[in-house]
Amino acid sequence: MPTHTFKLNGKKISVEAEDNVRLLWVLRDLLGVTGPKYGCALEVCKSCTSHINGKAFNPCSVQVKDIEPTDEVTTIEGLPATVGKDLHPMQEAWLTYDVAQCGYCQPGQIMAAVAKVKQARKEGRDITDADLDELRNICRCGTYSRIREAVKAGAEDMGA
Amino acid sequence: MAERPRSLDRPTDQPSGGRGLLGRRRVLGYLIAAPTLAVGVSWLVNDTDPRAADAAVPSLPQPEDIFDLGDLQNLAAAPTSGLITVELKTDGTAFFAVPRAEVGQGITTAFAMMVAEELDLPMDKVEIGLADARPELLMNQLTGGSNSMRSMYLPVRTAAAIARQRLVDTAAAHWGVAAGKVTARAGVLTGPGGLTATYGSLAEAAASIKTIAVSAELKSPSEFSVLGRPRNRVDGHDIVTGRKQFAMDLQVPGAKPTMVARPPTINGTLKSINNLAALRAMPGISDVVGITHGVAIRGDTFGQCIDAIQKVDATWGPGTVDDESDATVLAKLRAAQLPMVVPPVLSQTIDAEFVFAFASNSPLEPDCAIADVRPDSAEIWSSLKVPIVAQEDIAKQLGLPIDAVKVHVIQGGGSFGRHLFHDVAAEAAEISQKMGKAVKLSWSRTDNFRQGRTHPMSTSRVRVNYLAGNVLSYEQRHTSVQTDFGHGLGEMITAFAADLPVGGNLSFAETIFELSQSSPYNFGVTTQLLNEVPLKFNTGSMRNIYSPNVVCAEELMVDRLAAKMGQDPVRFRRSFLKDKRLLAVLNKAAEVGNWGKAMPKGTAQGVGVHSEYRAAVATLVEIDCRPATVNRPVDGEGVTGPRVTKAVIVVDPGFCINPRGLEAQMIGGLQDAIALALTSSLHIKDGIPLEGSWDNYFYTREWNTPLDVEVVIMPNTSESPSGAGELAVAPAFAAVACAYARATGTMPTYFPINHGTLGFEPLPLQPSTPQSPTDGLDHTF
Ligand code: FES
Ligand code: FES
Repeated sequence: MPTHTFKLNGKKISVEAEDNVRLLWVLRDLLGVTGPKYGCALEVCKSCTSHINGKAFNPCSVQVKDIEPTDEVTTIEGLPATVGKDLHPMQEAWLTYDVAQCGYCQPGQIMAAVAKVKQARKEGRDITDADLDELRNICRCGTYSRIREAVKAGAEDMGA
Repeated sequence: MAERPRSLDRPTDQPSGGRGLLGRRRVLGYLIAAPTLAVGVSWLVNDTDPRAADAAVPSLPQPEDIFDLGDLQNLAAAPTSGLITVELKTDGTAFFAVPRAEVGQGITTAFAMMVAEELDLPMDKVEIGLADARPELLMNQLTGGSNSMRSMYLPVRTAAAIARQRLVDTAAAHWGVAAGKVTARAGVLTGPGGLTATYGSLAEAAASIKTIAVSAELKSPSEFSVLGRPRNRVDGHDIVTGRKQFAMDLQVPGAKPTMVARPPTINGTLKSINNLAALRAMPGISDVVGITHGVAIRGDTFGQCIDAIQKVDATWGPGTVDDESDATVLAKLRAAQLPMVVPPVLSQTIDAEFVFAFASNSPLEPDCAIADVRPDSAEIWSSLKVPIVAQEDIAKQLGLPIDAVKVHVIQGGGSFGRHLFHDVAAEAAEISQKMGKAVKLSWSRTDNFRQGRTHPMSTSRVRVNYLAGNVLSYEQRHTSVQTDFGHGLGEMITAFAADLPVGGNLSFAETIFELSQSSPYNFGVTTQLLNEVPLKFNTGSMRNIYSPNVVCAEELMVDRLAAKMGQDPVRFRRSFLKDKRLLAVLNKAAEVGNWGKAMPKGTAQGVGVHSEYRAAVATLVEIDCRPATVNRPVDGEGVTGPRVTKAVIVVDPGFCINPRGLEAQMIGGLQDAIALALTSSLHIKDGIPLEGSWDNYFYTREWNTPLDVEVVIMPNTSESPSGAGELAVAPAFAAVACAYARATGTMPTYFPINHGTLGFEPLPLQPSTPQSPTDGLDHTF
């Protein structure tokens, strides 16, 4: 079986898996990293959202062979370390606004929110309601209103 | 029957300490023989009697309440069986195992608050777990119908209050002082002259060597410092760090990923697998077996199970509704509609019929269960709202005695009615038994929509007769495909409460409907009747059973009536509402939402009111139906349509335990309501829903949600909490529908309003779970 090497949450790892296995299952079933959730494996629900080289992506729809040894994959578990803290400001905002209900969607929501804020910042602007309307993450518990408040607050605390 | 005195409950321990204020309530429980302090309370200690005088607002007697109506005392004949317990550990933490399912509704937080309040312990010293299936708890181990808060409020507080009392008495005895001289605060006992002791240090000394009945006093609401104050969720930190574990996240030795290839119609069966050897030889696949409704595949990863599903060559038998489509079901419903009784009074009659499409109650977490079935025992892990029924059924299915089946309740990623049933747990048990191995079974997303439970299609016909400013009669005939209330639930109710009018699902449904649906208006001769058509769909409730559809139809007719009488919708409701609490929330919503303000053409306000679970809610929304909004683009698959731009929800919950949690439930209910009114439904075609993903089933997304949502919680009107989980859906659904009618000038009669246009390309029916994409790296942001 092929061996795949990449950086996961700041650590270099190697894992044996067939080339076509989607990264979500490599993370969850083979490496025991269960923060990214399975909600569809169709690139639709976004509950698996994680980061690759700092950008949001859906590991349910990427074959492990397409991950390069130099790629840095960050799941919710590794998010705080990207800012050298116990919690990322977006996670803090999620707690302040008591966003979660069942919580199933929330790791993906937070990862998507962080990327969305960074995207806006790169364009030299603050996050807008129009940006938030572009988030496709499903929350079947309907926490959208608090998500919007938390993303805006988290964005402020993320700094420039 | 707020407190049910039973002869066995005679207190043997007189109260001490300064807790004798007027307004405090004396409650009974047991000190349980245990190494550290443990208190048990019968769950019969509750004040949820639907006939109680404080039920000013008609409330829906859920199965629990109905069970409550029966003579339950005999079931509790052995006084210490069926207790819920609070235990104090030597590290000073209190542990309470909730005989309920946490699926996102925040009950663990609310229970922690109850324990913290009555035990005078900081919240972070209260540990809440979910209890395994405990048959002795009988019907109380059921999380349904927004009833957990109501039925558990008193017993949980009682257990905590007794524990506190015992700690005070223990400290007083140690120090040789009167109990009245000892105070308990924040986990520490303080006596005269600077004596202090932590709860933990007395946990063993306070333990009882015998199980004895005792009593204590509850705090009066004016003394509360935790209950009624906003609290964030106790599991918030675990959630935002990805640590909260759902069934699929558990590591049970040997329980490998398992999925099922399924037939192309609902409840279809497997006749034969035509390429078994090839499937078993696929990479990563360890086992393939035929089961009742499909081909079960176990492997190293779920991805490889999905790969194998693509290759399954099977012969399928028919399902249970192969000839049914939306149109055939609707025709059957129409044929079954009960007749109206009051004849039309010429021109002063309004007749209307509303249709509500099938809807999916699937949460975001796909149905998942772990099963480890051995020759003489079995162990199950799943999110289950009625674990004891699951345990009994699965034991029967496996041919094992009930106590050989251990059922663990896992936190669920949402429920909305889905986890009242144990379909996935039963299937996991079937597969594990057939493979002789442990399995971690997940239904695929597509399975969830196509084979999972649905809230069934219904119609509501309404006829109103009115004359000279008065409404003479209001008749509503609700006709629904039969709703399944829960595996074994009917049987249990029949078995344990023989004097209930329960004779099969139909009459049980009718009973529930008639008890729950009562018009809040003074509309003269009023009848609301249910008829059900038994079709073999997999059905269940979805954040309530009937209310959202029934109330939406009723409120649309109320707006219509108001218009016919030349009255403003809010003013009309004011003059016809019977209930003071409803009137109060309506007035508040009109005030906060600035009812009647000038709105641009194509936009409008709408209101809806509803009372249930002893709570009252009014919702006011604003909707934008202008073409620029309706046709706004969305990247990728998805529907836009009219947008609710603002919502004000005013709730009178009786007693509000946790304003933050209540507000969250109101916001969530609103999003469900928007979906029901505007975008989300299942299209049934030739025995199966066409929907197979969240980009087909259009639950509310960010681009559909209002930017401005305000929840107003009214001052407490009672000392008892009400149920909140389902409460907001019906009035918000009605408000959105009414706003849409006012903005467009057309009363909608088919819900959701976009059901007539299929907004997506259906996924193929076979393979039953589509292959995952591979282009994820092309869509990063
Ligand atoms: S699981 Fe990856 S998008 Fe749904
Ligand atoms: S919190 Fe339950 S799905 Fe979002």
